Amino acid sequence: MKLRVLSLFAALAILTACETAPTTTGSDAGKGTQVKQAAPGSKEDFIANVGDRVFFDYDKSDLRADAKAQLDKQVEWLKKYPNAKALVEGHCDERGTREYNFGLGERRAKSVVEYLKAKGVAAARVRMVSYGKERPAVLGSNDASWAQNRRGVTVVE
Amino acid sequence: MLRKLLIMGLMLFAAPAMAEVRIDITQGNVKPLPVAIADFQGAKGNEGQLGLDISRVIAADLERSGLFKPIDKRAFIQSAESLAVQPRFGDWRQINAQALVQGRVEVQPDGRLRTEFRLWDVYAEQQMIGQAYFTSPTNWRRVAHIVADAIYKRLTGEDGYFDTQIVYVAESGPMTRRVKRLAIMDQDGENHKFLTDGSDLVVTPRFAPNLREITYLSFYRNTPRVYILNIDTGRREVVGDFPGMTYAPRFSSDGNKVIMSVSVDGNSEIYEMDLRTRRSQRLTDHPSIDTSPSYSPDGSQITFNSDRGGTQQLYVMNSDGSNARRISFGDGRYGTPVWSPRGDLIAFTKMKGGTFYIGVMRPDGSGERLLTEGYLVEAPTWAPNGRVLMFFRQSQTRGKAGSDSFKLYSIDLTGYNERQVVTPMDASDPAWSPLIP
Repeated sequence: MKLRVLSLFAALAILTACETAPTTTGSDAGKGTQVKQAAPGSKEDFIANVGDRVFFDYDKSDLRADAKAQLDKQVEWLKKYPNAKALVEGHCDERGTREYNFGLGERRAKSVVEYLKAKGVAAARVRMVSYGKERPAVLGSNDASWAQNRRGVTVVE
Repeated sequence: MLRKLLIMGLMLFAAPAMAEVRIDITQGNVKPLPVAIADFQGAKGNEGQLGLDISRVIAADLERSGLFKPIDKRAFIQSAESLAVQPRFGDWRQINAQALVQGRVEVQPDGRLRTEFRLWDVYAEQQMIGQAYFTSPTNWRRVAHIVADAIYKRLTGEDGYFDTQIVYVAESGPMTRRVKRLAIMDQDGENHKFLTDGSDLVVTPRFAPNLREITYLSFYRNTPRVYILNIDTGRREVVGDFPGMTYAPRFSSDGNKVIMSVSVDGNSEIYEMDLRTRRSQRLTDHPSIDTSPSYSPDGSQITFNSDRGGTQQLYVMNSDGSNARRISFGDGRYGTPVWSPRGDLIAFTKMKGGTFYIGVMRPDGSGERLLTEGYLVEAPTWAPNGRVLMFFRQSQTRGKAGSDSFKLYSIDLTGYNERQVVTPMDASDPAWSPLIP
């Protein structure tokens, strides 16, 4: 047989998207340094003067000491403004599979919600949602970026 | 659309031959079989152009499989007109063609397109198949894919996968506010169409076996739920009535059931929903993440992803939820198990030491093989013949935050012939359809 030997490999042209993107998020940026005058009890007040997020270790959903301290401040604020309701978002870094990360994000949101409830925030005031790895807070493929993205965000509604 | 386009086939002649040309595709690194695909002939009107187009699509399908090497037409000695009378096999042997494809298209008095083709074994000087198809002329691409499937099957002994579609997620915009839309296209990227407008975040689409419905996760009203979208009517409906998040849906191979994850008070369990009775049944009961379920083709078993052993691993259980056992025991984490349509293998994503891999293992966990790797490769999906996989690959311009690109790739089960599947924009979460009914 005179089969010609040909390479089976196609040249892989890995095209790179040329979009320019900001290096920090717009949608749920919560560091709030630009907030000028946040009305007490407002969403902006919560972000600027309390801090809306806590961070998790890789593939973990238990609350670290720094996270608990942060959540204590959230509890204090939520008790001060008893009409405020919150949606707790669970997020993951991009270093996992999409579906598993929905489960992990849900678990992180639950850790936050359970802590708030245990400290006396009424269950009816907090809902939760998982975004998995769909909504990173910061861009970048490095440990620092991933650590920022493994988060629970308390969004005052 | 596809539904209305009836394709009728008839057998012209098929001779069983001994010592015939054949490709063994079970081994890796196959040398592509040189095949001559002559322009399909047409006499009147646009028949000539249709013939050229059909030949081109057949050649492209066969070439992309990595198993065939279509010979440059400029090397042909015998003319297509002369070939239509009788092949001169010596002329084809001289250019090293092992197999020869010829055909003819003709628009019938009733407006239908008749496409006829013959496949010849050049060395045995025998016809291997001859078939004719009748369809609407607008449906010529499907005819070409069906012919390519027939050639693939005759020469490899395996079913083809060219008359298929891909549903996937088309992505655009910055990563922090990514816009995702469901899109559908033929397996070769043609007939591309968006199914959703991008106003809601959507991921993980999967075909119903009839190809008319797609199940997927949508964040409609910021509430993540599993939906079924009817492609023909555009109608969509929520699957089940659960208080928490539902995600990771897949149809059973008979299309009667959807299996998915349901978050019960923040903990993911696997549920099965019977679409006829609308009754759901909980299949796992464990304080771990149980997700990414996929039925075996006979429906008797389910492979899924769970971290009940400490880290994300692959499991198999009976379809009633009993006898769950871990099957992945290599180093690292495993996710996205998908049962092959042949039943013999489970494809997965593996994460180890900062690298992602696409691999396969037998349903008992033995015979693990890694096919490809990268910064992030994820979400394998099987061609209906269980010989080819598609997945997506995320890559980045060196260190440049926000420069991520997401592209679809196909790869042979042997790990050879990895190729990009071209899409109009970034793409992820591909799902390969069964052969179009």
